[in-house]
Amino acid sequence: MSEQTARLESIRALIAAHKRWDLVFATVGVLALMVGVLTFVALFAQMMIDGAPRLSWDFFTNFPSRKPDQAGILSAWVGSTLVMIVTAATAVPLGVGAGVYLEEYAPKNWMTDLIEINVTNLAGVPSIVYGLLALGLFVYGFGLGQSILTAGLTLGLLILPVVIVATREAIRSIPAVIREGAYALGATKWQTTSHHILPYSTPGIMTGVIIGMARAIGETAPVITIGALTFIAFLPAAPFSGDPPAGLFDWVMSPFTVMPIQMFNWTSRPEAAFHQNAAAAGLVLVVMTLSMNALAIYIRYRLRKSIKW
Amino acid sequence: MVGTPAPKIASVTAAAARPAAAAKSETKALSFYYGAFQALKSISMPIYEKKVTALIGPSGCGKSTYLRCFNRMHDLYPGNRYEGQIMLYPDNTNILNPVVDPIEVRMRISMVFQKPNPFPKSIYENVAYGLRVRGERKRALLDEKVEDALRGAALWDEVKNRLNDLAFNLSGGQQQRLCIARALATDPEMLLFDDPTSALDPIATASIEQLIAELKEKITILIVTHNMQQAARVSDYTAYMYLGELIEFDATDTIFIKPRNKQTEDYITGRFG
Repeated sequence: MSEQTARLESIRALIAAHKRWDLVFATVGVLALMVGVLTFVALFAQMMIDGAPRLSWDFFTNFPSRKPDQAGILSAWVGSTLVMIVTAATAVPLGVGAGVYLEEYAPKNWMTDLIEINVTNLAGVPSIVYGLLALGLFVYGFGLGQSILTAGLTLGLLILPVVIVATREAIRSIPAVIREGAYALGATKWQTTSHHILPYSTPGIMTGVIIGMARAIGETAPVITIGALTFIAFLPAAPFSGDPPAGLFDWVMSPFTVMPIQMFNWTSRPEAAFHQNAAAAGLVLVVMTLSMNALAIYIRYRLRKSIKW
Repeated sequence: MVGTPAPKIASVTAAAARPAAAAKSETKALSFYYGAFQALKSISMPIYEKKVTALIGPSGCGKSTYLRCFNRMHDLYPGNRYEGQIMLYPDNTNILNPVVDPIEVRMRISMVFQKPNPFPKSIYENVAYGLRVRGERKRALLDEKVEDALRGAALWDEVKNRLNDLAFNLSGGQQQRLCIARALATDPEMLLFDDPTSALDPIATASIEQLIAELKEKITILIVTHNMQQAARVSDYTAYMYLGELIEFDATDTIFIKPRNKQTEDYITGRFG
């Protein structure tokens, strides 16, 4: 009997010793998590304290100015929005098309393996390199100038790998039996792709696109490289307002500025009041990014409700 | 070759009492390779018209691989290779012939999968899908075909008031009958079942088995099953396969009562497998 008790006690001691590691890891994990969370909270709080007093309707509707209390971000947020429209219009068709082709159509051989490695590596290329490429190709090569179109194409290329990878992941998450079910009924590749693969992978693709856009909207280096102006006191022509057909796209050739550049401009001024403006613009930019991420989560949640395997 | 009458093929043992049924299909020396691995070894057997033929055997014996040759499913993946022929009558087409479009084969021979695999669409759109693939747009005709198919799959009464509901809201057994309706909607000449009840409970299994018994009045059926009792209950002919080879093919009664082959007998009686 006492032998049994001793045995039980040694087992319990062993379990207790092993469980200490659970506690150790949980502590380390929480600390690691806190570094990230607290950093973000501190940055955001600092921006709130500095910038929030500057936020007003006028801040959104005023052009930049030499007087800090009259300066606003009108040209910057309009510029960012328009550039994002061009970015999406570039990256979505190219990225989704390439992703679908690679998953559904391309033969699996060394060529496609090579392309796959290239696409993945493309995601790791520093954004300034895209800026240099765009300066040579779009600005000088194609003569598109320092325009919204150039910036949109550049950022579109920048997030292309993100969209391609998200598309492929989304397609891969569709079970093989669904694809086979369509083929078994006599569907062609294109019928299977357009009726099933694309609709079912839309939530994943949208998520990837929006996360890519959230990255692109904060990009500064490539936009500066292609020569976006730091001081813009006018708006581009309203989209689709000119005389059709050519006039519809007047806006894409317009000079522009974007949010991060406006911030950069203000931060480099000596007056403290401009630094407040920069903080306020940063706050707006962070909120824009966070709401894009929130939209991505919402879309994924909504669309996935009807799709379960 | 179109219009050639189907040759009369007696069952392999030429069971004297049984009138020879017409063959819907005949497999001739079929070998199949996944890359370098030979999964099927020179299989030859008939599939009789408007009969149920069951493929049984232990896991990995190649029964599903053989079934999936009938709608050229293996063409979807690279590195697969067929040798030999599967003739389809009455037109005497070798459906494995590379010049025959696999899509044409799949339009003639439908398939029901192991796990119910409805599309994440409405019940109606699931059943109508085969017709939509064929370019059918007339709503009245679609409605009629969908109803016929759902009635044929014994599902109409359960779903007629909620045709626009998502197919995922049905139970597992209902989903599988929906998949059968989907396969039936295009009036196929032959229906393939790949172990259709392995994911279902006994009651749903019984309803699928009853359905198969009704369907064979109109259509030729080939079914893979891991369940020997199921083969005994639903099939007219049974083929026992082992390691990619066809060990024995005969009328189901013969296979289960007095198999000629010792290996078949061991498997049937549960001494093996």
